[in-house]
Amino acid sequence: MAGSVAKSTVWIAGQNAGVDRTVLLVVPGVLFVILLFIYPFLYGLGLSFTPKEGGFAANYAKFFSTPYLSQTIWTTLSLAIPATVINVGFALPLAFHLRHASRPQRIISGLLVVPITLGTVLVAEGLLTYLGPQGWFNRALIEFGLINTPVKLTHNYWGVLMSLVVTGFPFDFLLILSYITGIDPALAQAAATLGAGPIQRFRQIYLPLLAPGLAVVFCLAFVLSFSVFPSAILLGNPASSTRVITIAAYQAAYEDYDYSLASAIAMIMCAVQLVIVAVVLSIRGLFYRGPAGGAKG
Amino acid sequence: MQDSKSPLSDRLSAPAGAGSSFGELRLDGVSRSFGSAVALAGLTMTVRRGEFVTLLGHSGCGKTTALNCVAGLLPLTSGTVWLDDRRIDVLRPEERGFGMVFQNYALFPHMTVRRNTGFGLAMRRLPRDEIRRRVGEVLDLVKLSAHADKLPGQLSGGQQQRVAIARAIVVQPPLVLMDEPLSNLDASLRLEMRTELKRIHRELGRSTIYVTHDQDEALSLSDRIVMLQDGRVQQIATPEDIYARPATIDVARFMGYRNLFELDVASVDGDWANVAGKGIALRGLRRGEIGRRAVVAIRPNDLVLDGGSEGGIVGRVEIVEYCGREYIVDLITDAGTMLQARSAQRVAPGDVLRCHASADRVLIYPVASGAA
Ligand SMILES: Nc1ncnc2c1ncn2[C@@H]1O[C@H](COP(=O)(O)OP(=O)(O)OP(=O)(O)O)[C@@H](O)[C@H]1O
Ligand SMILES: [Mg+2]
Repeated sequence: MAGSVAKSTVWIAGQNAGVDRTVLLVVPGVLFVILLFIYPFLYGLGLSFTPKEGGFAANYAKFFSTPYLSQTIWTTLSLAIPATVINVGFALPLAFHLRHASRPQRIISGLLVVPITLGTVLVAEGLLTYLGPQGWFNRALIEFGLINTPVKLTHNYWGVLMSLVVTGFPFDFLLILSYITGIDPALAQAAATLGAGPIQRFRQIYLPLLAPGLAVVFCLAFVLSFSVFPSAILLGNPASSTRVITIAAYQAAYEDYDYSLASAIAMIMCAVQLVIVAVVLSIRGLFYRGPAGGAKG
Repeated sequence: MQDSKSPLSDRLSAPAGAGSSFGELRLDGVSRSFGSAVALAGLTMTVRRGEFVTLLGHSGCGKTTALNCVAGLLPLTSGTVWLDDRRIDVLRPEERGFGMVFQNYALFPHMTVRRNTGFGLAMRRLPRDEIRRRVGEVLDLVKLSAHADKLPGQLSGGQQQRVAIARAIVVQPPLVLMDEPLSNLDASLRLEMRTELKRIHRELGRSTIYVTHDQDEALSLSDRIVMLQDGRVQQIATPEDIYARPATIDVARFMGYRNLFELDVASVDGDWANVAGKGIALRGLRRGEIGRRAVVAIRPNDLVLDGGSEGGIVGRVEIVEYCGREYIVDLITDAGTMLQARSAQRVAPGDVLRCHASADRVLIYPVASGAA
């Protein structure tokens, strides 16, 4: 009895403070995030400041003073940013074109789910044979007399870029499609009755309403591409042109057994991603972010 | 119909695009099907310059479909639409230049009231100064100048609706289309906006096609009403005619003729007929060719409990409702027919009383399939 009275008092107090009891529902989620994300992150952060030798920032100094290591940031960015731009750039017009629920929309969405379920390793292996010197792609080009010797598309930059596009595109397409279908088609119809042609409807109505969603898609796509690892090894040239930052971290941890340096690299990777995401999201802040349906009475 | 030379329309009638005025809009057999379902079957009607025409009918009768066909948002299955002698059903919506007020307003949520309103002018590439001036004028007209820099999400329902109207009329369209613009509003705001619409129409004199399922709205706003049912036109007439002389029993039912019952035809003379049966004897106006039996339609308002001694209908009072000036009384006759009548005095349930209707308020229709 006393317990329940106390409980209800707490509840009333909570109400007065404007706290909803449903807020308690986030507790498991918060615990989960702390255990699986915050704790390892802080642990890694601490580890990165206890280097094998030298002062507490020795790992960071080493990373930025060793071109072999610091170079990996640019290598990764030069893969991740073009891959993201290509993906978002192609997914947007395709999704826009297929915005009306229709048979082609369902077929293409269905087909595009396949690469997602296959996973990066299978896609990388498939591309390896398809794009290789003896693969269909080169053989077809030679058949048609477009080239004499096979173009090299594997074990270099292009192979990795291609795999990032193949694995990232469906994801971006489906996300953008869901954003576009959330925009009330009556808005475009209203614009049309006011004299806006297709291009103006896209620029004046769809694009501004989509921009915040596009920014989120861009960030997600970028983060996924930035942590590229399997395809950089399988399809790329992990010793030089596609030596991405994850490879550097992997080598530090499992070849040199320098967990401290590996943690520092992971922290740097994290910082680079945060910078890009922050830039994109601050651009997003310039756009309208309310509901994209027609405002209701 | 209205004098279009009021000072306001002078100020607002800045140079507009081609086709900004016309003699009449003509719909000729306009039909639209969705798969095998016919949403609109052969709508033929004309809208003259400055006229306010209302499409009226139950939910699902094809009103929105008709409006979308005129606006160009929905391709026709068959039929043609003409603006004077120009065929326009082949044009895209942006080429027709009609102003449309959508049922849910469809305001651009990311644009301020000012930009929403000026959108059509910006699409016509008018100079910035002129856009500003005309938007300012139209926002004055709909009394929204104080809210010009808000987003639609920050406005009340009635304010949003006025933005939708302002956005549609600022481009000086030859024709304004409105799809149940008042349906989202509460009763008092609806009345207020109805008056507002009437005022705007009087001041600008724009031809308007208005869609509603509310008969009061249709009666108070329209020059003519097009009554639709299941995609078919039932009647096209003035509000007075449609109120007093519904063409069919279905229109009568829609227009509030709640007392509907089938009786034997006693005699027919010219436009008049006498009907009897179930202890009732009535004389009324004949609407169409009637056979041995006919359906009688009387409004509750026209059936008066007057305590007379003969003729009319005798019934026992069931329910009495006071509604201001008078009482609405539900009666049941000996033969079990339910009636609704009005009475100037309070009567008590259980009283047996006689009510009368003047012959020109009693309508007699042929028995149709589905009649009561
Ligand atoms: N896109 C569509 N696909 C299939 N059927 C449709 C479609 N749009 C409308 N219909 C059908 O056409 C008929 C007429 O619809 P419409 O929207 O014109 O009705 P309405 O008179 O505007 O009704 P309300 O007053 O409820 O708005 C309805 O039976 C509806 O189910
Ligand atoms: Mg409708």
